[in-house]
Amino acid sequence: MEALLDILQGLHPEVDFSTCDTLIDGKILDSFDIVTIVAEVNAEYDVAIPAEEMIPENFNSASALWALIEKLMDE
Amino acid sequence: MSFTSISFLLFLGILIVLYYALPKKIQWIVLLAASYVFYFFAGVKYFAFILFTTITTYLVTTYMDRNNKAKDAYMAEHKAEMSREEKKEYKQKVKKKNRLWFVITIAVNFGILFFCKLLLIEPFNTWAAGTPGISFLSIGLPMGMSFYMFQSMGYVIDVYREKAEALRNPFKVALFTAFFPQLVQGPISKFEQLKESLFSEHRFDRQAVAFGMQRMMWGFFKKMVIADRMAIAIGGLRATEQTGVAFFVMTIFYSIQLYADFSGGIDIAIGIGETLGIKMPENFIRPYFSMNIADYWRRWHITLNEWMKTYIFYPINVSGPMLKLSLKARAKIGRLGMRLPVYIGALLTWLGTGVWHGFNWKFIVWGLINCIVIVASEELSPVYDKFHNKTHLRDHKGYAVFQIIRTFLMMNLIRSTDLFENVGLYFKNIGSLCWNFNFHILTDGTLGKIGITTADYLIVLCGVIIMFIVSLIQEKTGKSVRENMQSIPRVVRYIILGAFLIIIIVFGYYGIGFESGNFIYGKI
Repeated sequence: MEALLDILQGLHPEVDFSTCDTLIDGKILDSFDIVTIVAEVNAEYDVAIPAEEMIPENFNSASALWALIEKLMDE
Repeated sequence: MSFTSISFLLFLGILIVLYYALPKKIQWIVLLAASYVFYFFAGVKYFAFILFTTITTYLVTTYMDRNNKAKDAYMAEHKAEMSREEKKEYKQKVKKKNRLWFVITIAVNFGILFFCKLLLIEPFNTWAAGTPGISFLSIGLPMGMSFYMFQSMGYVIDVYREKAEALRNPFKVALFTAFFPQLVQGPISKFEQLKESLFSEHRFDRQAVAFGMQRMMWGFFKKMVIADRMAIAIGGLRATEQTGVAFFVMTIFYSIQLYADFSGGIDIAIGIGETLGIKMPENFIRPYFSMNIADYWRRWHITLNEWMKTYIFYPINVSGPMLKLSLKARAKIGRLGMRLPVYIGALLTWLGTGVWHGFNWKFIVWGLINCIVIVASEELSPVYDKFHNKTHLRDHKGYAVFQIIRTFLMMNLIRSTDLFENVGLYFKNIGSLCWNFNFHILTDGTLGKIGITTADYLIVLCGVIIMFIVSLIQEKTGKSVRENMQSIPRVVRYIILGAFLIIIIVFGYYGIGFESGNFIYGKI
């Protein structure tokens, strides 16, 4: 989770990712950010997030994204 | 049957009566019958195309859904005895089974769209025109093909990805594909957005029907009072003078026309849906209030951009080769390298969006320019941030206005690729802004000789002011004007709506030989 927060913080240092749960709804993350996050997550955790999981619910908060990563690592 | 014709209004009136008078269980069947009647009016010859897409969509989605459900049932039953690897292997086996027919369906359907679009350009157009059996395809695409194809294939992809359950009834698939309000020029709905309201039962709701009709009226106003006048002026100006100041004026006229035409058509489509209790996604959120180009594309033709993002941009970027490229590029040139696949994805998506508009270099160039501007502003954003941190320009209210005007003018230039068949001419005319200061065209009567009169200019000006005020109210209140008007006494509201209807009838641009129903995006 720490590494994920670092990835997110690197993209938007001004956002508190530990509490924010409107990253997509609040238009903080755009599509360029999302695909960059997917690439960074792949590099950090060796987890490939498939296109069908790239939905707002999975990217609205760091915890939702972390839950997705854990689920994919588990599969 | 054009949206702006008397025959269409008659058709819609009969449909609304039948829709609410007949048993609610068959409402969706009434809609399917109406959609096919509407499509028949566009041309019986085109019918085979929409039927083919409907049938292939039905067959492949039910096939994949059956496989997916059998897989889920098997895995639930053997959950305890299967190892993680076995589960993974079994899932991949089913996916592979689905993939074959999925790829064939997507390839054949998009192949048809590709082929039909190809027949509209030379030398294929001449060949098609002289070939018996397909000569009708040389005139234009089968009605709504660019829209219904994307909508249906989006549904096929959703079922393949197990994000949607397939419809078991082929006639429901037929309705989802051919739902008539969105056949003319969209919006391109995702299955999840439409399925709930399209197939459910709707009781007559006086306010919803009234709201739908008001939304349609707003669309008629934009299309018939504003867009159709601007269309004539642009045609006239193009034939008279198209360099320097005339080019600049033309870009402003075109921005007014395109927005009023396209968003007006969408207002009519969404309004029709509302009268039937069916909710379609919005396609525009006041795009001319955008602060930058990326913001503009989140507000303009939203449903196409969403489609492109979901089904093209994301899959390209998360594909195995792209992730590998990303890792390699990062190892060689650091974090910036990770952005490389993002930009390749953006480039391919914009080229795809350009080609969707037609096989023409002007659309390719249009897509490339959009991509370059968005990528450049993305990469330069740290520089902008530094600049703004020093100057505090963003704190000034006037800066937001400056951003809006800057984005509007930039989009005017990019969008005007549409106006010229020849890309070279487009760039030449942009260049003429720097050398041809022919301001005299504003005062020497040139603008009075391009097909519309002073009265027409005044009507357009008033129309644009009304559109601006309505947009401002929506932007400030976050609600539609119709909702805001609910607090006004009913009598006053009716007087306003009656006056508005009279304005459309009196000032709408129509007459013998003038076909108002030709929406710009209806030809795509």
